[in-house]
Amino acid sequence: MSDSVKPMNSREPDAQLPKPVTSMPSLAKVDAGHRAHTASAVLQKIRTSRPGSSRVPDQVFGLIILLSAISVFAIVVLVVWELVSKSQLSLHQFGLSFFYGHDWDPVNGNFGALPFIFGTLVSSLLALVLAVPLSVGVAVFITEMCPQSLRAIISFLVELLAAIPSVVYGLWAIFVLAPLLRVYVEPFLEKTLGWTGLFTGTPYGIGMLAAGIILAIMVVPIIASITREVLTAVPQNQREAVLALGATRWEMIRVGVLRNARIGIVGGIILGLGRALGETMAVTMVIGNTPQIAKSLFAPGYTMASVIANEFSEATGDLYLSALVEIGLALFLVTLVVNALARLLVWSITGGTARVRA
Amino acid sequence: MRWLACWCGASPAELRGSVLNPSSGATQSVSLYRRLVNQGATAFAILAAILVLVPLLAIFAYLVIKGIGSVNLAFLTQTPKPPGEAGGGMANAIVGTGLILMVASVIGLPLGIGSGIYLAEYGQNRFGDMIRFTADVLNGVPSIVIGIAVYSLIVVRQKHFSALSGGVALGIMMIPTIARATEEMLLMVPNVIREAAYGLGIPKWRTTLSISLRTASAGVITGCMLAFARVAGETAPLLFTAFGNQFWNLKLNQPTAALSLQVYTYAISPYDDWHKQAWAGSLILIVLIVGAVAAVRITTSRGMMKGA
Repeated sequence: MSDSVKPMNSREPDAQLPKPVTSMPSLAKVDAGHRAHTASAVLQKIRTSRPGSSRVPDQVFGLIILLSAISVFAIVVLVVWELVSKSQLSLHQFGLSFFYGHDWDPVNGNFGALPFIFGTLVSSLLALVLAVPLSVGVAVFITEMCPQSLRAIISFLVELLAAIPSVVYGLWAIFVLAPLLRVYVEPFLEKTLGWTGLFTGTPYGIGMLAAGIILAIMVVPIIASITREVLTAVPQNQREAVLALGATRWEMIRVGVLRNARIGIVGGIILGLGRALGETMAVTMVIGNTPQIAKSLFAPGYTMASVIANEFSEATGDLYLSALVEIGLALFLVTLVVNALARLLVWSITGGTARVRA
Repeated sequence: MRWLACWCGASPAELRGSVLNPSSGATQSVSLYRRLVNQGATAFAILAAILVLVPLLAIFAYLVIKGIGSVNLAFLTQTPKPPGEAGGGMANAIVGTGLILMVASVIGLPLGIGSGIYLAEYGQNRFGDMIRFTADVLNGVPSIVIGIAVYSLIVVRQKHFSALSGGVALGIMMIPTIARATEEMLLMVPNVIREAAYGLGIPKWRTTLSISLRTASAGVITGCMLAFARVAGETAPLLFTAFGNQFWNLKLNQPTAALSLQVYTYAISPYDDWHKQAWAGSLILIVLIVGAVAAVRITTSRGMMKGA
């Protein structure tokens, strides 16, 4: 058995190699499995113990694996290619005016996407305004304040929010959130904050405010889980050092934890923004689907994703379809930039260890 | 002074007071303002946690209350009735979702796990970084955009909506999640195990499949289930790929109903009866998804890959 410990790469004449594999039948089978059947059994055993005998299967395996990795790349290229080629018509027809024109008139073939861009931006920003303090609060609560026994439960529940399909959020928003807003919240807001001009008009329930709120609920788990990862990555020494200087718990969190983690938190927020920009179903169900630019948050609006969802399968004519694909292309590019930025920020903090799910 | 107090077993709060005002010498409490701010911040964090959990509980409560009444045998075995007629069910949509998810898994699982293996075992180079970045990009692409791309890639060429195209769209969405989870789990497998396998003369492909991947299997399965749960409720990419269908369909090249699509159609319809069915459909959808996630949580928390 002394020969069996020889390094694999010692190239010695085959004949001098004994048959170390025979003592381990299962492993012998492993190597023998892929040898040619024509070779005699003895020769086969000798050959399988030689380095390089598994070269061909290894190369085949490596190739298959490489191909599946390349498929990821190919899919993204294909998606971009389809979007660009299918939107050529609209790109040539309208050029840049597509993005600042505010007429959406399929009948006369006149397309401007400004109301949708406005709706997407306003609903996403509203969602962030509502979601950021909440998610940072939850993350701080989970990492710094929560009793150990509650910690796992609360983070599981927050993650569960991310598992709810957006169509279920939409259903809930139509039948529960919107009536609630219409009857209680919007009249109250109009009375107290109506002078700002943001909360005026008929309280429909359905509209920009409802879309912003439902988006906020959907974005919270993303921002909260990233913030939690980033806060956990802050070294314990930092906390102890600040506490040792006499800080209260909040001062410790502010100076020792949040300040250290701020770049990562911003990354999480931007990642949440990426999700909010591309979110389709829930928003489509409650935003009201009216292409207009209104100052009031009570008014119905329209987003880029919802216009695609509503009109794509009914679009008649190449130009109409092309205009919708161009909106999709714009959405893709914006989310690409937003996500790339977010990941860079999160990686710079956690060194690539944080799990980024969106 | 401080160290002395520490050795004498003084509490941190007393310590803080004495450290804050070293000149005073005596133990002095933290100023009222700072204490109030501290308590305010604590209250805010607790409030935030409550505010985040309220919608979650509300959604589940409404789903159960409004949905459970409409889940019956007819709902699970019949196809939809025309509007105005009571009864009917979503059996075709449940089967359709299964069909689409099957196609999605056939595409998503091998490609996702394959790319994950590449990233972990071969991808520690620039090309690997590029694939990693591309996977993250794909992960961030809005689902509706995937829908457009698959529409023009498959539906336009096939000339009609189909279960196949819906499955492809969802499969594409599964790949990045599975790939990154697989990579992460494979990287957690200690290198010593691989070296031991090489030392026994086991070729690399066999080491990767039977040893590394098997060691990491709990985590990989978690990743797959999470990806599965994520796409199971997707609606946007199915709108113009699977399209929906009021009748039975088991063919891959025909438009197919899906649970999420059916919920959407029913939710925005003006019929009360359909609204009830939408709640019931959502309940079933969520039970499927949360069941999958919870099952994964429970099995992995017992297994070797804790915290996966």
